[in-house]
Amino acid sequence: MPSTDILLQTLLSGILIGLIYALVAIGLTIIFGVMDVVNFSHGEFLMIGMYSSFWLYALFALDPLLTLPLTAMMLFVFGFLLYRLLIRRITDAPMLSQIFTTFGLMILFRGLAQYFWKPDFRSIQHASVEGTLQIAGIQIGLPQFVAGIGAVVVTVGIHQFITRTRTGAALEATAADRDAARLMGIDSQKMFAIAWGIGAACAGVAGGLLSTFFPIFPEVGANFILIAFVVVNLGGFGSIAGAFWAGIIVGLVEVMGGLLLGPQYKLALVLALFLAVLMWRPQGLLGKA
Amino acid sequence: MSSLAPKADDALTVPPISRRLGRNAAIALAVLVVAALVPQVVTSPSRLNLAVLILMAAQLGVAWNILGGYAGQISLGHAAFFGVGSYTATLLFMNFGISPWIGIPAGGLLAALIGGVVGWSCFKLKGHYFAMATIAIAEIVQIGFNNWEYAGAAVGLSLPMTERGWRVMIFGDKASYYYLALGLLVLSLAVNFAIERSFLGYYFRAIKDEPDAARSVGVGLTIFKQIALFASSFLTAMGGGLYAFKELYIDPPSVLATGLSIKMALSAILGGVGTLFGPVVGAVILTAIEEGSRALLGGSGRGTDLILYALIIIGVAIFYPRGVIGWLLERRDRKARHAAR
Repeated sequence: MPSTDILLQTLLSGILIGLIYALVAIGLTIIFGVMDVVNFSHGEFLMIGMYSSFWLYALFALDPLLTLPLTAMMLFVFGFLLYRLLIRRITDAPMLSQIFTTFGLMILFRGLAQYFWKPDFRSIQHASVEGTLQIAGIQIGLPQFVAGIGAVVVTVGIHQFITRTRTGAALEATAADRDAARLMGIDSQKMFAIAWGIGAACAGVAGGLLSTFFPIFPEVGANFILIAFVVVNLGGFGSIAGAFWAGIIVGLVEVMGGLLLGPQYKLALVLALFLAVLMWRPQGLLGKA
Repeated sequence: MSSLAPKADDALTVPPISRRLGRNAAIALAVLVVAALVPQVVTSPSRLNLAVLILMAAQLGVAWNILGGYAGQISLGHAAFFGVGSYTATLLFMNFGISPWIGIPAGGLLAALIGGVVGWSCFKLKGHYFAMATIAIAEIVQIGFNNWEYAGAAVGLSLPMTERGWRVMIFGDKASYYYLALGLLVLSLAVNFAIERSFLGYYFRAIKDEPDAARSVGVGLTIFKQIALFASSFLTAMGGGLYAFKELYIDPPSVLATGLSIKMALSAILGGVGTLFGPVVGAVILTAIEEGSRALLGGSGRGTDLILYALIIIGVAIFYPRGVIGWLLERRDRKARHAAR
């Protein structure tokens, strides 16, 4: 059995990475909840967010933390336009078309990133947050800590937006019943576009938060998309609160699996959890049956 | 819709089924004869290799289509079956000297058995959930093989070239592999044809198009999906076994990667999901695009081939979701209706 210090440190790092997973998954779950389309290119939104932070840092020496709002705005516009230009066409298409359109986007964004930004691994060397934090004998990386806190702040913000604003209510209405919402005068096309915008912004901000301590490369999204699926399922498709708690659970399962079984089995354990939830509780932990 | 046209017009424009069958059989036979003559004409090993790649891709598309196209269960994890097939045949040969003629079907059976477990646990899942579950299963299988020392872990396995010939299915020339791949493709098409023509075909269509209606008239969905998965996983694994003996080297990225699963589905979609020859047409187009873009744009390491590949996927998914054959059929129907009017 590992020592208490190591155990606590592992648990804390699991929670912190779990908060990031939660933020990525919330973007995915909003898109799915509002328009029933699974976005396979969601990990690439995160990748674009990371590159946004990287280039703003590399070209203008702007700190990743400072540029987060800019990244969020850019990704919102990106997601919004992507819906208006492309996804709009598959809103009512067969599932096969939907899966392969977003799958194609995933490959396209990776290809474009390789083309314009080279396949190299990049990193941000001197961000404003650096070093480690010591709390009662536990060591934790300061960037990871700040990223976790940042993810919570954004998650709470999104939750407030959905539950407290008129647009949020309209989004929820569209998610609950598209046609009824349309009869109430809600423009569902606009809601879908906003959902894609918010979804992309969530993933983009998560990417920005990760950019201070995670390598940046065109395929980086692959590390997160499967986990985001797991989190979304675990929390129940369309549920923001569910995704939040499920993110933390997945983060904990991952680090504990890494500690007890070895790092090579981390992902397998998370996926096994995913399958178990699909089998026995397909509506997710907090989802409605 | 053809149902809008009067019945009499349909009879005028569509030949009777028996005559159509006879004509189609004649065309199929002619295509087969031409295909069998290819190695006599094409002597360049690299071109013949390309032909083998097309046949293997077509066979995998046909196998995927039985489950994904006919029964409507979108699997994005078929690489797991492919990998199990190639590892089983390879390990049986390397460690026990068992001929691939036994090892490849054995891999097929093992994959079908795994398919049984997958189906038993996943067929209650609908739509995206099923697709995501299959990705997760394939990913777990890949992680398993990556860490399994007996199966060479991440290093992979190389088949010994000490003996050559039909007994060990290892050849110096490409023509033999061509005939093997062609044989397996014909077998897969025959299985698919038999399913389509038998009572199973009707059930599959019912499951795919109207699952709730099918259930309400007493069609047990799971057993028919299970049959489709059995045939599909068996044939996919056979393809994996043949791949191993053609390449003589396998490792997790080459036989278990998600990209492989996508390619199988893509051949079927590109050519026409749920049609007998759709995956064959799709495989020809897809392989031509892949090899062509690699030759023209690839090698730069800048992802141009990826971009082109992606644009084609997106274009087909949005504008031609029924694939080449679906598009041709639609056009023919439109013309027939136009002529009848």
